[in-house]
Amino acid sequence: MTTIDTSAPGERAARLNMAQFLSRYGTFAAFILLLLFNLIVTPNFLSWQTLNVNLTQVATIVIVAVGMTLVIATGGIDLSVGSLMAIAGTAAPMIFMGKLLPIENMGILIILSFILPVLLVMAFGWFNGMLVTRFSIQPIIATLVLFIAGRGIAQVATNGNLQVFKNPEFQFIAMGRIAGIPAQVIIMIIVAVLAHCLIRYTVIGRQIIAVGGNEKAARLTGIPVRRVKTFVYIVSGALAGIAGLIVVARNSASDANLVGLGMELDAIAAVAVGGSLLSGGRANIIGTVLGAFVIQLVRYTLLANGVPDAAALIVKAGLIIIAVFIQQRAKG
Amino acid sequence: MLKTLSRPFIPKSSGDFARLGVLLALAGLILFGALRYDNFISPFNILSFLRYNSMFALIALGMAFVIITGGIDLSVGGVAAMASVVAAYLSPYGWFPGLAGGMIAGLIAGSINGLIITRMRIQPFIATLAMMLAAYGTALLLANNQSVSVSYDTGFTTIGQDDFLGFPIPGWIAALAYVLGWIFLERHPAGRHVLAIGDGEATANLMGLKVEKTLFGVYALSGLLAGLAGVILASQFGAGQPTEGVGWELFAIASVVVGGTLLTGGSGSVGATLAGALLLAMVFNILNFENGLGWISLSAYWQSVIRGAFLLVVVVLQARLMKKTEA
Repeated sequence: MTTIDTSAPGERAARLNMAQFLSRYGTFAAFILLLLFNLIVTPNFLSWQTLNVNLTQVATIVIVAVGMTLVIATGGIDLSVGSLMAIAGTAAPMIFMGKLLPIENMGILIILSFILPVLLVMAFGWFNGMLVTRFSIQPIIATLVLFIAGRGIAQVATNGNLQVFKNPEFQFIAMGRIAGIPAQVIIMIIVAVLAHCLIRYTVIGRQIIAVGGNEKAARLTGIPVRRVKTFVYIVSGALAGIAGLIVVARNSASDANLVGLGMELDAIAAVAVGGSLLSGGRANIIGTVLGAFVIQLVRYTLLANGVPDAAALIVKAGLIIIAVFIQQRAKG
Repeated sequence: MLKTLSRPFIPKSSGDFARLGVLLALAGLILFGALRYDNFISPFNILSFLRYNSMFALIALGMAFVIITGGIDLSVGGVAAMASVVAAYLSPYGWFPGLAGGMIAGLIAGSINGLIITRMRIQPFIATLAMMLAAYGTALLLANNQSVSVSYDTGFTTIGQDDFLGFPIPGWIAALAYVLGWIFLERHPAGRHVLAIGDGEATANLMGLKVEKTLFGVYALSGLLAGLAGVILASQFGAGQPTEGVGWELFAIASVVVGGTLLTGGSGSVGATLAGALLLAMVFNILNFENGLGWISLSAYWQSVIRGAFLLVVVVLQARLMKKTEA
């Protein structure tokens, strides 16, 4: 599809510069503008409680969106993250409530309830990766399988029932604080920093970008394309699993119907708003984190000012379109 | 790769094999049900099956056209929910305003999808994902987060609940849509353009086909059919339901894929899409009967697991066959 640009060269360059400027600094500018807007308009915005609410809510989006950034960087997409959250979030309470394993020692059960669910969803991530690499199924469809079936698996396991629990040790992941900072925020920071370093300073990080930039060229230069792609789906699965654990720990309850519902949208939106091209070849982790913050702040701003949740959906839709549009313009 | 040109039906390609497969699977499932359950072939079961599943068949038809162009429409569930609310609000003014209102609401949403995709050049899956959010948002705003009762005085409920010549009206609507869709895709030049675009947009462009107009039309059509499904939803259940339709897009995509339409575009069949939709719906129907027998008790939650498994088997087979035909 080609269009003939009839505008004068100067005009076109100006438009491109504008797009590039917005692409580079737009997310940050939007973030600052949202902060300023809230400081002026929203009552009691400048408080520890507001910061706390926003940070804890954004943590799960960031964690999942970081995994999504890696997948998108290879030119893929992972629609299954919400369902994988539900699987991990369902499995953990079943383990520490002693429904799955005949172990009496609570300490071991707690440790297992962190490890096993994440390993389980990593296996599902590997399954996604296999479908994409071995069977050459498009990522949208390959991950659609678990998007549909994954939540079903979690629902079947609990028969759709709510699991309510009170377990301070397990819930430390969401309720606990280290040096006054909520544990989930610390996890978020660790995940983001590790991913940033992975992309910047490691071989596999460069390989991820290369695969997304030009898969054929990457293969010809000897990059193990299949292994790299499988790796990102496993990472995405693992991060979705951690986010699932945080969500159920925060709610003191696990509802397979609701955990992670719509998370794939939030994560994709965070990546798009954060400036990574959805067609792959670029991974801007800091951008993704900022993107997640922008999305969270938009939601918070609207809700705090009495705009109904439904209208917030429409705003989010517009935000996604504008962000992707600017990214594409900036590319030229 | 315009495989559907080859007719009568001799399996020549992966798509044809898949189409043959879905027909065999459907026939096998019907036979299984007929032999195993007493009332499976009863008029009541058949008619209520068709009445309920017509909505999904309509959405799958629109999705088939979109997927044949190489795109995807994730907004259909949200658009149907929005249209059901609009139709419910207009139902006191008569059945026609309700019907037309819902369809126009769907058409507008589909047209916006088409504009965003062709004018702003945003990938279909992002554009329609955003539309899904916007449509649910609009539906919830219009309906004040509640379901909206339809009027029972104006004949609006006839559309979803009554029969014509002993056959459910939603069934007639879906049948008519499929006949028109088949004629359009197989016999009309514009339908051939849809196939050509899916095969390669750049080539279609060079051939002088109106790529943008056709793409726009395909998304508008998908929106229109989703709107129609929303009207039937409101009419059948007596209310516009702003939270309904979650997962409909996946059902539609699965139907199209199970029907052997390649997700890469350029090939596809209207008839096999119908077979795919019926097949997936029948899985649920059989599950109900099996539970009724009392031997097993599978919760409704198995539905999505089984559908996911179906989709998995079909895409893996498709991928295998594709590799073989390439080799």
